[in-house]
Amino acid sequence: MVGIIADNIVSPLGFTTEENWQSLLSGRSGLHRYSQGFHLPEAFCASLIANEKIESYFSQLSDNKEDRYTKVEQIAILSAADAIHRSGIDAASEDVLFVLSTTKGNVELLQDLRGFEAERPYLWRSAQLIAQFFGNQNEPVVVSNACISGCAAQVVAQRLLETHRYRYAVVIGADVLSKFVISGFQSFKALSPAECQPFDADRCGLNLGEAAATVVLARCEDGEPKSDVCMLGGALCNDANHISAPSRTAEGLVSAFTQAVSHLENTVLQDVAFVNAHGTATRYNDDMESVALARLGLADVPVNSLKGYFGHTLGAAGVLETIISSRELLQGTILPTRGFQTPGTVEEIAVCQKLSRSDKPCFVKLISGFGGSNAALLFAKNDEFFLRNIKSEK
Amino acid sequence: MEEKKLYVLSYVRLTDRCLIVDGNVVLENTYDDTKQWISSIYKNIGMDYPKFFKMDRLCKVGTLCAEAAMRKSGFQNDDIKKNWAVICANSAGSLDDDRSYQETIQHDDNYFPSPSVFVYTLANIVTGEIAIRHKIQGESSCYVAQKFDANAFINAVSDLFLFTSAEYALAGWVDYDSAHCDVLMLVVSKKSTNSEAMTSHELSNVYAKQR
Repeated sequence: MVGIIADNIVSPLGFTTEENWQSLLSGRSGLHRYSQGFHLPEAFCASLIANEKIESYFSQLSDNKEDRYTKVEQIAILSAADAIHRSGIDAASEDVLFVLSTTKGNVELLQDLRGFEAERPYLWRSAQLIAQFFGNQNEPVVVSNACISGCAAQVVAQRLLETHRYRYAVVIGADVLSKFVISGFQSFKALSPAECQPFDADRCGLNLGEAAATVVLARCEDGEPKSDVCMLGGALCNDANHISAPSRTAEGLVSAFTQAVSHLENTVLQDVAFVNAHGTATRYNDDMESVALARLGLADVPVNSLKGYFGHTLGAAGVLETIISSRELLQGTILPTRGFQTPGTVEEIAVCQKLSRSDKPCFVKLISGFGGSNAALLFAKNDEFFLRNIKSEK
Repeated sequence: MEEKKLYVLSYVRLTDRCLIVDGNVVLENTYDDTKQWISSIYKNIGMDYPKFFKMDRLCKVGTLCAEAAMRKSGFQNDDIKKNWAVICANSAGSLDDDRSYQETIQHDDNYFPSPSVFVYTLANIVTGEIAIRHKIQGESSCYVAQKFDANAFINAVSDLFLFTSAEYALAGWVDYDSAHCDVLMLVVSKKSTNSEAMTSHELSNVYAKQR
């Protein structure tokens, strides 16, 4: 079985998972309105990490002053360094694989290379530099599956661990914002001018956010190494419908969840504490997810979205939201959906509006994105009795 | 441990020089311009697909090679394919279209960001376009690596068959960078068939020999 043995989040709400968690409990958001940011003619609302804070933390981590890393590489390294430290693994070992989830990496260098080499905008180049920072010589895997990248990366890592090719995987999701990314989403009319309202009747678009998040995954055998949360299943499915709009019938997301749980003996529906949805606050995405939840028999299960705190952090989102959801599961706490007030999706669902409690053993992570891609993951507390019951093979 | 093999029903290799289907050159590039080369392939394989003309160049070359490979192995694009997957890998991600989009925002006095260009600035859109064309509703995945690595490629496809319900896959290296195309697209079956079983060494050769 593959479990999470350590994690970290670097975001405007903190540079450790604990700092982020405390910010969420106090209801803080990283979202702010910027009227002149990135020399864009139009104002936007986003969750940005202060450059000075990144540089200050990074200079403490790296005494090798000649090395120059870009912003996205720096937050990826900061996030991985903290998670690796907590895990106690030797990141340089050949048993360890680095997996990077990102959508745009160093795309801002297309505007101006700023002295970096011509191959620096290539995603594999960033991944190599990040792995090499920790002395790891294995060729890293880069997953670039649009918004679902962070969940797809965990599914791929799970396979590489279960086939015994590696013992540990350091899965890093990271993306930063730039004129490139924000102008594109603006041209798409996908951005909300104010703080987003996931699943709300008045929702009018998403906010973007910057973050890096890391999970160290391990193949756990006979309780070693210790892991509090394990991956029970995960699947990716395409809608085969449209490259930039979700399926109205939620075909791909429904199939992804169905496949993610298909190997389990018993139905898990009654064991799900909550669903952490993508919940971007665009009309189409949130409607599609409500359709999926209704079709899957999950309409009465509490559902939340974290976009009102972090914005949509692109390649980081799947990893970041898995980490926060794991924390919710372990503490028996379900976070409210910041920005949600009035129900307004095509199917009625149980959107979590205030902090609530559940001691159930599982959570579901859903995510969808451009290219018609969808992912569903199922995580559970490492409770031996529950796992033995649910995992008995068909 | 037994060496892993892929059961390849058909394969298509596209470079700047020629289009090769199952090892046979079916078309040679006689143009100086990549745009003409790509449209001559569209005509040669007799494709009739209006969506093709909206695509960026990465999606065009991926879609053309997938089309040729699927026709060669006799699959109909109209049949819904639940037990199929699409896996693509490349080196440049979507950088070709990223550069096109960057031109539209580079100068503040000539600023015209275009949603129809922006939508292709993601590496995995090519897997989405192929999934739509062939109604593939299983897994779609996109990886970025420095070079084509036959071993990693076979591992990824083998894991797909081991961990998912996929019985078939369209799996390919689909790279388009700085006006150069470099594609190897395969139709692969989970079960052994009468068709060719390729080891990683053979797959490397197919890729390298026809560069």
